[in-house]
Amino acid sequence: MTGRFLEDLKNYDGRQLKLMEVCGSHTAAIARSGIREIISPKIRLISGPGCPVCVTASSYIDRLTELARDGKTIVTFGDMIRVPGSTGSLYEAKAGGADVRMIYSPFDLIRMAADDPGRDFIFAAVGFETTIPVYTLMLDEIREKGIKNVRLLTALKCMIPVIEKLLCDGSGTDGFLAPGHVSVITGEKPFFETGKKYGVPFAITGFETDKLITGIWGLLKMISRGETGVRNFYPSAVKREGNIKARQKIEEYFENGNAYWRGIGCIPDSGLYLKKEYSGYDAGSRDLVKDEKFDVMCCCDKILTGKMEPVQCPLFSKACTPLSPKGACMVSSEGSCYVHYSAR
Amino acid sequence: MIITMAFGGGGKTTAGLINDIFFKHLGNDILCRAEDSAVVEGCSRIACTTDSFVVDPIEYDGGDIGRLSVCGTVNDLLCAGAEPKYLTCGFILHEGLELAALERVVSSMALTAKEAGVKIVAGDTKVTEGSGGLFINTSGVGFIPSGRDISAGNIKTGDSVIISGCLGEHHVAILKNRMNIKNDVKSDNAPLVDMVRSLFKNGVNIHAMRDITRGGLATVLAEMAASSGTRIELEEGRLPQNGSVRDFCSLLGLETIYMGNEGKMVFFVPPCDEDKALDIIRNDRYGKNAGVIGTVTCEDKEGSVIMRTAMGGMRRLEAMMGEGLPRIC
Repeated sequence: MTGRFLEDLKNYDGRQLKLMEVCGSHTAAIARSGIREIISPKIRLISGPGCPVCVTASSYIDRLTELARDGKTIVTFGDMIRVPGSTGSLYEAKAGGADVRMIYSPFDLIRMAADDPGRDFIFAAVGFETTIPVYTLMLDEIREKGIKNVRLLTALKCMIPVIEKLLCDGSGTDGFLAPGHVSVITGEKPFFETGKKYGVPFAITGFETDKLITGIWGLLKMISRGETGVRNFYPSAVKREGNIKARQKIEEYFENGNAYWRGIGCIPDSGLYLKKEYSGYDAGSRDLVKDEKFDVMCCCDKILTGKMEPVQCPLFSKACTPLSPKGACMVSSEGSCYVHYSAR
Repeated sequence: MIITMAFGGGGKTTAGLINDIFFKHLGNDILCRAEDSAVVEGCSRIACTTDSFVVDPIEYDGGDIGRLSVCGTVNDLLCAGAEPKYLTCGFILHEGLELAALERVVSSMALTAKEAGVKIVAGDTKVTEGSGGLFINTSGVGFIPSGRDISAGNIKTGDSVIISGCLGEHHVAILKNRMNIKNDVKSDNAPLVDMVRSLFKNGVNIHAMRDITRGGLATVLAEMAASSGTRIELEEGRLPQNGSVRDFCSLLGLETIYMGNEGKMVFFVPPCDEDKALDIIRNDRYGKNAGVIGTVTCEDKEGSVIMRTAMGGMRRLEAMMGEGLPRIC
């Protein structure tokens, strides 16, 4: 079946289409599959703001490095450690003697904090709807065990507001591959509503090659039929109603607020912050509004919004490489520039 | 009992440690002379190499730092076409290390050296402040038979690229331990002496070989393509896969072609020797999953590695950049 879909994508000869994915895992999976080169040149696959590291404002990194240099122990996941801030990255802070630890599960942090009650731990909690439920379970355990030495510096963001912002600003996108992991939590409804409101189709899909092909093919069909709203091509993981329990947990701890997206600016109500009653666990996450470019030529803002391809940026693969990134999109292995660089 | 600074003092406690653990397991006629330098027989062309091992945890599924410290150096010698002969080892012990753990590591080192047919002829021990860990450096010497010339510079257009098994097992064995994830993956750490010896013995004309360690297959091939000025083309669908490694990697957003191994070799052989080489490698205990994964297609001054993806797309593989970190979601 997938073979036939792929043939259809190769032979497509209708009007020029621009399809956007908004998920770092999709960005990486598309690049690794080499699908861009084999489907019709009339289908352009572009990457939107789907990598949580790439959309984190510079002030957030600065606040983290400041806390690190102030003697706090910073705990973070993978890529975050490399993102440049105006006073350097966490990597550099670590090399300068700061205590920066990379963990794989938030529950490692609970163990560390319980074993070392005299030390202040700051957890860099970034992510979209996918990751946030895990943070709520971590908070449950912190409260249950009475752990007092862990605070969160959050940069938590919601997918729908940024997609709507792109649609309002006229990115010229003909359809979206809806993020598979985020959809597991949100379900189909938010994409249906946004699709109807702005007259665009969303195709929810997974990450394996055959799922990508099916999703893109489905999106093409929706466009050709003038269909808007959402179709779910990933029913094995995404239920229509999503994960209600996970959403309830998010609502228990977090409330919406304005968030700053790197290169895009402030999007009202696109962020999630710890509610007032849990503010004791927050390390000053609100109002981190500054967002600085470290090179005026950097085009991350245009790349994140699908207005430009990474190769069109004058810094791409010259001044800006994964070893000396100028913008966040070149830092994370989910970032469009990094992915394009490593799959050139 | 644990290691204290006294074990590094150079006095009786140090001597006790050397006798009770190091000589007990690693002892041989040369080492036990306990002179300031070991004196060994030589030959006209020797290969020498050194490597330091700082893996954490020191014991993991399928191996430990002792076995690793022998395999790493022995496999490096093999890549130069040498017959590994002698190793030296330097131990840096951290205060607090359990003596029992040290003994397990040293005994595993001895077994691996025996398996690889090398003698450990000199050693050193130091103790530093720390938290119960252990580092090992090993240096090795191997003899190169006359007329043997193995080097990336010898890679030629048309060569077949063979790997000796599935990728990423060592890397996953270490990561899963740190992350407390359970699966059936064991480290592949192994000395590949028998495999390589058997290839030479049967007249396989190996142009070049490299053990696929840190940075993984993609990095190793990118380096070899650059130093030989060739274009290497791989077929993604032909890469031997360990299902548990693949699942683990996809969960974390890692790629097996960038994952480290400690008992996998990539060989470049002329196409006429491909079948024979594959047969020999597959008959070795560490080569059951070996496969031909691609060919050297043409000269390319800059050097390039291209992978044809399962779907038929083309992807250029670069050497790994920085540290391979798991993705955030």
